[in-house]
Amino acid sequence: MKHNLTIAVASGKGGTGKTTIAANLAYSIGYNVRLLDCDVEEPNSHIFLKPEIVSREKIGVPVPEIDESKCNYCGECGRICVFSAIVPLKDSIITFPELCHGCGGCSLVCPEKAIKEIDRETGVLEIGWSDKIEFVQGRLNIGEAMSPPLIRAVKKHVKKDGITIIDAPPGTSCPVIESVKDSDYVVLVTEPTPFGLNDLKLAVGMVRELGIPFGVVVNRATIGDRCMDSYCLKENIKILLKIPDKRKIAEAYSRGELAVNAFPEYKYIFEELFSLISGEILEETEYKL
Amino acid sequence: MKELVVISGKGGTGKTSIVASFAALAEKKVIADCDVDAADLHLILGSKIQKKNEFAGGKLAVINPDLCTGCGICTELCRFDAVSPVNGKTGIPGVSINRLMCEGCGVCANFCPVNAIELKEKVSGEWYISESRYGPMVHARLGIAEDNSGKLVSLVRLNAKNIAENRKYDLVIIDGSPGIGCPVIASVTGASLVLAVTEPTLSGLHDLKRVISLAEHFNIRLVVCINKYDINTDMSRQIEEYCLTKKLKVVGKIPYDTIVTKAQIAGASVVEYAGKPVTFSIKKMWREIFYIIG
Repeated sequence: MKHNLTIAVASGKGGTGKTTIAANLAYSIGYNVRLLDCDVEEPNSHIFLKPEIVSREKIGVPVPEIDESKCNYCGECGRICVFSAIVPLKDSIITFPELCHGCGGCSLVCPEKAIKEIDRETGVLEIGWSDKIEFVQGRLNIGEAMSPPLIRAVKKHVKKDGITIIDAPPGTSCPVIESVKDSDYVVLVTEPTPFGLNDLKLAVGMVRELGIPFGVVVNRATIGDRCMDSYCLKENIKILLKIPDKRKIAEAYSRGELAVNAFPEYKYIFEELFSLISGEILEETEYKL
Repeated sequence: MKELVVISGKGGTGKTSIVASFAALAEKKVIADCDVDAADLHLILGSKIQKKNEFAGGKLAVINPDLCTGCGICTELCRFDAVSPVNGKTGIPGVSINRLMCEGCGVCANFCPVNAIELKEKVSGEWYISESRYGPMVHARLGIAEDNSGKLVSLVRLNAKNIAENRKYDLVIIDGSPGIGCPVIASVTGASLVLAVTEPTLSGLHDLKRVISLAEHFNIRLVVCINKYDINTDMSRQIEEYCLTKKLKVVGKIPYDTIVTKAQIAGASVVEYAGKPVTFSIKKMWREIFYIIG
């Protein structure tokens, strides 16, 4: 049996219930578990787990700082930069730190060693506790365009011995990849509507490309049609759980209450979900052996 | 030329459903779906693609295995965990470059002592000009795991504006994406008006506050819609009070109605499908917005 297990909760469409699943799953596991909120643009899991934050760390990305006394305006830095973040002119250099991806190229290529990398703050990493659940979240500064560097900082806190649950952002582009990669299993949360299905297909494509085993949770399962069942059957995708569309569930969610606290039967449902996922991972590992 | 951008912060609040209704109500406009990561609007507007274009957003490092000596410099220099030796640290030549992780910065290609790595342009998506039931529409599809969503969003916006100018239309309505990062910033900068669609939940309010800060940061006028407001009227009131303190107008309070999903399944916008309180509130909201945007 693995000593460490990382389960990422993702989706294609926003608002399907990732945070609901991630937070309730972590809470029902209850010990030796850490939740990483990688939705650094709009982190919400703290609303449900209500952690006590014990440390805050500013996270930065490396951006170039030029010592113009050493610079000979050769233009090599501008040539290597594909992001137009450093623009050498005839006798001056302009940098656009917000465009910089922190690749280090300019600093490496400068023949005069005139470029140093300094940290530019993009967000904050917060660590705390909720009962026995360890909690880590990133919060991107307003106006920052790039979330992956902050997500990478959050991901450094994946547990080496225990269970990590990752609350990923919506979509399928680079912030999601950063959040989900290297996980042992991905739970894709969806809803049985045309938008839900359309976006689930994109998310399935993503997880398949990453080569990570996955299953689907259908939330608000009673609102739509059978499109989700047909699709999962055809694609041989396991539906792990279906949560019905109940007003009471929506109301509890709106108040920031965990489903497992508001509705006792959900404690069992989420324990079952975790069992199912563990079983799926074990099966996958055995299959690979 | 006015641009109305519909965003939310939190996902799933109803942006696309509302934009679809606006498309049915507004005249002489171009629709732009800037949720390039997970575009859904075309599902309701019955869009027929007239022109398809490739989007070359960035670059990708590609290794020539025959030239690789296994020196490991590329692996050491890559900041994005995209390069790894094929056989571990055994000194056997060969690296693999993970296309999902590669940011196309070119550092590995630049410093490879035997020029075994080439930095190539890559097609990272597509964008489309379509004709919908309600007029011209520009939309796009960003490839899986791709970045440069901001560039693709800007391209969609630019083309929507061009079409509007050609047809002498005054308005572009933009369906935005969730969050507050790159694609959202690219959708809102320079817009005439932002409509933030929220929901009466603690998560909705939390995320709305960040969206409001974003609009303040970029100095763009913002109005608010509380969707599904009757799920929690206390939270709705909290949101209204918050908006009051920020001097922001709440232009609409839309009741929760299962007909919204039924309309989506039928491939119709809510205002086409239903003649109920929900339709009435959306129409009222549109009149308000139309008046504000001028």
